[in-house]
Amino acid sequence: MKRLTWSLTTPTLCLALACLSACSTVEPWERGNLARPEMAVEPHPAQRALRDHVYGSREAAAAGASAAGGGCGCY
Amino acid sequence: MLVRQVVRHRPLSGRLFLTSATAAERPAVGQPAPACELAGLGNGTAVNTAQFKGKVVYVDFWASWCIPCAKSFPVLNQIHRDLRERGLQIVGVNVDEHSADADGFLQKHPADFTVGADAKGICPKAFGVVAMPSGYLIDRQGVIRHIHYGFREGEIDTLRADLEHLLGETPQVSAAFEPHLH
Repeated sequence: MKRLTWSLTTPTLCLALACLSACSTVEPWERGNLARPEMAVEPHPAQRALRDHVYGSREAAAAGASAAGGGCGCY
Repeated sequence: MLVRQVVRHRPLSGRLFLTSATAAERPAVGQPAPACELAGLGNGTAVNTAQFKGKVVYVDFWASWCIPCAKSFPVLNQIHRDLRERGLQIVGVNVDEHSADADGFLQKHPADFTVGADAKGICPKAFGVVAMPSGYLIDRQGVIRHIHYGFREGEIDTLRADLEHLLGETPQVSAAFEPHLH
């Protein structure tokens, strides 16, 4: 069983390391695509915040929800 | 949320880790400003950031997707109107990949000052831009004297004061020039 785990772990780890090489830095002036509305984690932050508020009131409980848009990372 | 945090803190990581413009390559305050060629935008002609030597130059990096940049344009227009007679030259460097985006932005937020485009990102790389927008104050000798990161309404007076200070300096012979560091 232990050998089986290792035989699975090693290729997975190698694959994960190989994928890391695809990481690249996005310079501050290259964020045009990241700043597009469809790239936002939450496309409608105001609507989401309102729904969370209503949900919290109805359920009498609120989780640690947050509603924020994406963005250009501007200063 | 995580993505947002990572993106927001990228300017700091840019100072810590090796990027295309490392800390050693990036011109610091007190060093000569790089010269870069900019293509014309709209009806404008091509421009070089180094062609205004003898004037105080404010190089402003902006993009159509940058919301603080949009807020800064009316302020820069006002500063341009107030100080151009005294020898101020504002150069807006657009870094959009598609010039149509920049043209659309300029229709909504017209610029009275000189603007040019660098779609390939050579100019921001040469200046080592770490934030959008970024403004470089270059004195009459072509030396970077201040760098303004971002745009906040509370910093307008400081920017104007810095520019007026540089405009008030008398041009010196470069051999006798000693960089005045802040």
